[in-house]
Amino acid sequence: MSGEEATARQTKSRTAPAAAAPRRAAAARNVFPDPRSAIAISIATTIVLGLLWWLATERRWIGPLFLPAPDVVFARLIEGIATPIGDATLLGHAALSLFRVLSAFVLACATAVPAGIAMGVSRFARGVFDPPIEFYRPLPPLAYLPLVVIWFGIDEAAKIVLIYLACFAPLALAARAGVRSVLPEQVNAALSLGATRAQLIRHVILPAALPEILTGMRIALGFGWTTLVAAEMVAANVGLGQMVLNASNFLRTDLVVMGIVVIAAFAYAFDLAMRQAERRLVPWKGQM
Amino acid sequence: MGAVSVQGLSVSFPLPGGGWIDALVGIDLSIPEGGFCVALGASGCGKTTLLNCIAGFIAPSSGRIVVAGREVTTPSADRGVVFQKDALLPWLSVWENVAFGPMLAGMRRAERRRLAEEKLALVGLAGLGERPVWTLSGGQKQRVGIARALAANPQVLLMDEPFAALDALTRETMQEHLLEIWAASGKTMFFITHSVEEALFLASEVVVMSPRPGRIVRRLPVAFGMRYLRTRDARGVKSDPAFIAQREEVLAEVRAFARQAVGGGV
Repeated sequence: MSGEEATARQTKSRTAPAAAAPRRAAAARNVFPDPRSAIAISIATTIVLGLLWWLATERRWIGPLFLPAPDVVFARLIEGIATPIGDATLLGHAALSLFRVLSAFVLACATAVPAGIAMGVSRFARGVFDPPIEFYRPLPPLAYLPLVVIWFGIDEAAKIVLIYLACFAPLALAARAGVRSVLPEQVNAALSLGATRAQLIRHVILPAALPEILTGMRIALGFGWTTLVAAEMVAANVGLGQMVLNASNFLRTDLVVMGIVVIAAFAYAFDLAMRQAERRLVPWKGQM
Repeated sequence: MGAVSVQGLSVSFPLPGGGWIDALVGIDLSIPEGGFCVALGASGCGKTTLLNCIAGFIAPSSGRIVVAGREVTTPSADRGVVFQKDALLPWLSVWENVAFGPMLAGMRRAERRRLAEEKLALVGLAGLGERPVWTLSGGQKQRVGIARALAANPQVLLMDEPFAALDALTRETMQEHLLEIWAASGKTMFFITHSVEEALFLASEVVVMSPRPGRIVRRLPVAFGMRYLRTRDARGVKSDPAFIAQREEVLAEVRAFARQAVGGGV
């Protein structure tokens, strides 16, 4: 250890309230953002919110029309698995919604990532894709839903296209931004090792953009679930969004809340899967 | 032939507010095949621009560069480059980084693997092939960079202050190692540094550059590196009175140019 380091260490221990702090916590001090896991706090928050929900319904602070009790919602969930709610069981609703969101998401990945990479590397592609994306991106999906229905009919196509559009923009923009995270030294190194333009994109730019693409995928998937209800507003009999809308027409708040919880659970599960994929695919993120 | 010839090279960059700045003016340089040329100068003297021109990253405003009998127009695998930092690909393991050039050229995987191990052994990193690159130290990363450049079997190795970000001890070891690699591979070297000691120790010829506009002000044939290769005693070479005298003389010259540039303005 050099003399400078030793001095720095002494200064640190003088300024930190070392006497009161246990040794384990000392490692995390002076680090922002705080790297310690917040899972315990999150679990506690969830339990407290659940208890509040139960207490509010049990004590009749809020009527069942406005907020059904947790056990009622849970009972609807169990019933729904075997007995139909509207035109399908809960499993049927979930399966079709899952199909819509996933097929739209896969289509978006297959098209938006190449489009975004193209925008990142080529002036021409940027000029072509920028106006349409920037035009429709800020529009709420409900605004162009009628148009999508007129163009694509009342079958699955319109619903998938609506969710696809919601996924496309964030994914394309993430891929485009990802291209910028490649370092000039990495590009020059690849060129001086004999890379062609296509090899450069395939072996350097795409992997360098992967962390941002994966973040874009998480955001896109979130947008997909958000748009699901809008997509199922028109001419759908089956689907989680349709189930919720239909229940709300009959003031079946218990079914509405159950549907919301199921959608949230699916969206959360997908987000967890994406985070897992991120850890597996880009372990170098934040390391270099 | 791996010789480098730079003829009447000038490079000007447009300034943001209009007008031009001359980064390099009238550079003539010739490095014989197997030579070790070190460009030495204070920051702003255009030495990195010169390297980027030889590598083909920058097109010269006038003049021409010929490497191994062919005029330089674009980057190519006959000129390997080792960068100051950040040039490894973190999504690839150490050996995949080293074998990146051969992979692009279509070499089979098993063959690439063997070649990478060979080059890693040459830079003293045998057995680290499977490691992710971000787990390496700064000195190890630079060695991987050198091994990667060598694996593509270039005619010329261009090195842009490759040891500048390393601590003093690692830096000395790396210099010794580089001389051994040079002797073993027989590559033509072009190396950039702002350290007078590094330049004198490594080079077979030092070219001293002065800033604003960048030009070559002195050519100095030296043989301290050869002496190291004979004796394997780096401290002995560097503490030799002849080395120290040479170092102080060149240092005074470089400092005078740097002062002149600061005093004189643009």
